[in-house]
Amino acid sequence: MKTINSVNEFVIRFANTNGTGSASANNMFAKAIFRMGVPVSPRNVFPSNIQGMPTWYDVRVSEKGYLGRRAGGADIVVAMNAQSMVDDVQSVEAGGYFLYDSTKEIDPQLMRKDITFLGMPISAICLREYNDPRQRQLFKNVIYVGALAALLDMDFDVLKGLIADQFKGKEKLISPNVHALELGYQYAKTNFNCPLSIRVQKSDKVGNRILIDGNTAAGLGAVYGGATVAGWYPITPSTSVVENYEKYCNRLRIDPASGKKNFAVMQAEDELAAIGIAIGGGWNGARSFTATSGPGISLMTEFLGLAYFAEIPVVLIDVQRAGPSTGMPTRTQQSDILACAYASHGDTKQVLIFPSTPTECFHMTADAFDYAERIQTPIMVMTDLDLGMNDHMSDELSWDDSRTYDRGKVLNAQQLEEVEEFGRYLDVDGDGICYRTYPGTHPEKGIYFTRGTSRNEYAAYTERGEDYVRNMERLNKKFRTAAEILPQPEMHSQNKGSKIGVVYFGTTNAAMDETFDLLRAQGQNVDGMRLKAFPFAKAVEDFIEQHDQVFVVEQNRDAQMRTLLMNELDIDPAKLIKVCNYDGLPITADFISTTILDHIAVAPASKVARG
Amino acid sequence: MSYLKSKFHHPKLAKNDLGLTYRDYEGALSTLCAGCGHDAVGAALVQACFELSLEPHKVAKLSGIGCSSKAPTYFLGKSHGFNTVHGRMPSVATGASMANRSLKYVGMSGDGDTASIGMGQFAHVVRRRLDMTYIVANNGVYGLTKGQTAATADKGSHTKKGEEILWSAIDLPTMALQLGATFVARSFSGDKDQLVPLLKAALCHEGFAFIDVLSPCVTFNNHATSTRSYDYVREHVEAGNIADFVPSREEITTKYAEGESKDICLHDGSLIRLHKGKDGYDPTDRFAAINAIEQHRIKGEILTGLLYCDPTLRDMHDFLGTTETPLNTLDEKTLCPGNHALAGINNSFR
Ligand SMILES: Cc1ncc(C[n+]2csc(CCOP(=O)(O)OP(=O)(O)O)c2C)c(N)n1
Ligand code: SF4
Ligand SMILES: [Mg+2]
Repeated sequence: MKTINSVNEFVIRFANTNGTGSASANNMFAKAIFRMGVPVSPRNVFPSNIQGMPTWYDVRVSEKGYLGRRAGGADIVVAMNAQSMVDDVQSVEAGGYFLYDSTKEIDPQLMRKDITFLGMPISAICLREYNDPRQRQLFKNVIYVGALAALLDMDFDVLKGLIADQFKGKEKLISPNVHALELGYQYAKTNFNCPLSIRVQKSDKVGNRILIDGNTAAGLGAVYGGATVAGWYPITPSTSVVENYEKYCNRLRIDPASGKKNFAVMQAEDELAAIGIAIGGGWNGARSFTATSGPGISLMTEFLGLAYFAEIPVVLIDVQRAGPSTGMPTRTQQSDILACAYASHGDTKQVLIFPSTPTECFHMTADAFDYAERIQTPIMVMTDLDLGMNDHMSDELSWDDSRTYDRGKVLNAQQLEEVEEFGRYLDVDGDGICYRTYPGTHPEKGIYFTRGTSRNEYAAYTERGEDYVRNMERLNKKFRTAAEILPQPEMHSQNKGSKIGVVYFGTTNAAMDETFDLLRAQGQNVDGMRLKAFPFAKAVEDFIEQHDQVFVVEQNRDAQMRTLLMNELDIDPAKLIKVCNYDGLPITADFISTTILDHIAVAPASKVARG
Repeated sequence: MSYLKSKFHHPKLAKNDLGLTYRDYEGALSTLCAGCGHDAVGAALVQACFELSLEPHKVAKLSGIGCSSKAPTYFLGKSHGFNTVHGRMPSVATGASMANRSLKYVGMSGDGDTASIGMGQFAHVVRRRLDMTYIVANNGVYGLTKGQTAATADKGSHTKKGEEILWSAIDLPTMALQLGATFVARSFSGDKDQLVPLLKAALCHEGFAFIDVLSPCVTFNNHATSTRSYDYVREHVEAGNIADFVPSREEITTKYAEGESKDICLHDGSLIRLHKGKDGYDPTDRFAAINAIEQHRIKGEILTGLLYCDPTLRDMHDFLGTTETPLNTLDEKTLCPGNHALAGINNSFR
């Protein structure tokens, strides 16, 4: 039998039952490899369920730094769930390994000739070693991690260090955990040929990077960005954004003199109220935000229209997932693009920004508060389940201490004394952005009544058509100004003069280095552009103009970003080719490159008329 | 279209402690129907704020959508206002208060806005005891959309078109009491003597103050078979406890016989002096209040007055533990933990 031979380049899958405590053991495994200096990208596939359903945890180990999901099966599967055993055996790549609990004999029909079965009586070991049923369950997970340490030649001290970190403050738990690790390690050493043909070796590819999930980073971004008001309603996969915001605020935002909070978080009765709270806070001059997911976006849509028209700064973090109900919604997608870009009734256009990594979640969330107050409109930070809930290797977080918050055009009492006239919706600077005041600023000046549409430059009530049109044109102008304020696209020019371009955004970025390499291996040097914001910058238009064929890669069915590009930039649909993955799993380089290559084979770029 | 009233001040107009006149508390000229109860509610609010010498710019007025929710344009022209979306003013008021706890918040809503589309938000703003005065101008009908029945309309009464109302009525004060409001009152837009002191007390109360004001719609719900017409309401109101409002700076002079009156002292030192009506009950007893409302309803009477007040209970900011300084005044020096704090955070992710 041919075995897979690999050092630091493989995928390992843990098949568990949720609610059995496997998550922390699996996480420890990934972190151990990370601490050995080897890039990893762990991904959870979990059901909408709290206990008893199959979950998988895939860890891609890649010295080359390919951090997108890898297509196909896993090289090693750790099978701890009898329920999913049949599928799990099938998911091993030929030449790979299948580590399982051999306490109960495996169904001989499941055996495959092209993979190596590593049976280990994990339950029996636990039964022998522990009396407490809970411990018997929990330590199973630690035991297989110990076995993997031997099988993959991992640094045992690193694992011990992780356990010490995990149980800081609960030192009593350290030695039983280390003991469990050793049980697994010793068993593997004695019974298997260690190390396997797949193994890990210390490297230096991690540097000072960290392993963090996007929601934690976004929550921290809200702390650093100065958010003080949060309204929210729980929904997977966005819940941990506000939970993390609150957690870090409780550490970092307590007034030392009074012990009171320099922030306010309200768990609302629903998403309508959650965004209402954020809008109330924004109207009143506090940096305010909410976080949600698709169904919440639908509920917030009416209020988003009000905020657009009433020009209220507010930040919304949308952690995208698949559509309604439960089940698929705990899978990842980028399928709220159009719902968000055009959220609400009347003519509305909303500002979107697209982080790709947790570090960008941190910075872009913090920046979003500046954009919101500068542009006086809702800013939606478009992440997704993969980015939000999985750990990603990402640049360490840093903050420029000389930075001040851009509070936008707000007049204080003294400035109000000095201005000749105040009109809330007077376009004084010609950029479509007007001056506002906070309630309570001045007894006589700068006071106005906020409403959606029916108002003139002085915020007085009007139903005249020409007043309405003038206001709407100014809002359009403001939107164009926004395109200059927002982050510019990131260009990945492989070769000047390529006629093929690829447009992508968000988590797709993780698969792109590998995609470019795969395409290059097939003789295709394509140019890449990562979108970071809507409205689109001039550079986006230029990039599309400069290429004959532009592939738009996204994680939804309907090519929503492509539609947005066509619609906003008046691009010939024939020029934009969709590359859509929407099975709920993160997109792979294999899928992107194959789709592009297939298309090029059928319709070479040179034959496409320049659009 | 509304236009501004003349700013000309008559020299003899009375001034309050801030040197402001009643005029300084008015808003734009109303565009509501002549005789609409909502205008009287607005006028009572103007008088209450004037007499309390509130700084107009330190009051924020919020509303949903409806004729009643349009009313804030017609009072307190020197206060910021926000006409939000239908039924969702409570959440906007919540966020506004979270951002700046130092302003006084006045919410103006209708029975459609509160008892139907906004029922969820109403229930929850009561629960969180937001420090605000929440007024429902209750006319039993949707004015702005031209006459559909509201959820507060009495079952068995008839619409202007003669249709019988089939659905049970929602009694908002009862709901507010059940959900934890710390000040609950009911009044009638046609009874300024009762309404103004109640509004003053509500504005001075720290916590969620709810006032259900029967406010007839002359255009769609003032007919003979309506139970929200001026005539019907006038004939069926029954004032329970009669409330006087005594500001903190005023000496208490009037004396009542033992057992006939009760004083409730508010946070700012002002007093609500209550004289028991013919079947008055202890208005600090929540169960008694719910019971009294229901007893009167069964008799076909509408109980008005201060129904319940407990000034000792905590409000939202007490629960949240928010700092006294308005959050909207904090800057990066206070809010941003700085780069050094990230060192430890980064390390926890290695
Ligand atoms: C989401 C939404 N649905 C419906 C409407 C239409 N609408 C406007 S006002 C109103 C009813 C207002 O009734 P009420 O709150 O009792 O106010 P009133 O006019 O009686 O004072 C309705 C249904 C709306 N503005 N928004
Ligand atoms: S329709 Fe009714 S509620 Fe509306 S303004 Fe006229 S009288 Fe008032
Ligand atoms: Mg009504």
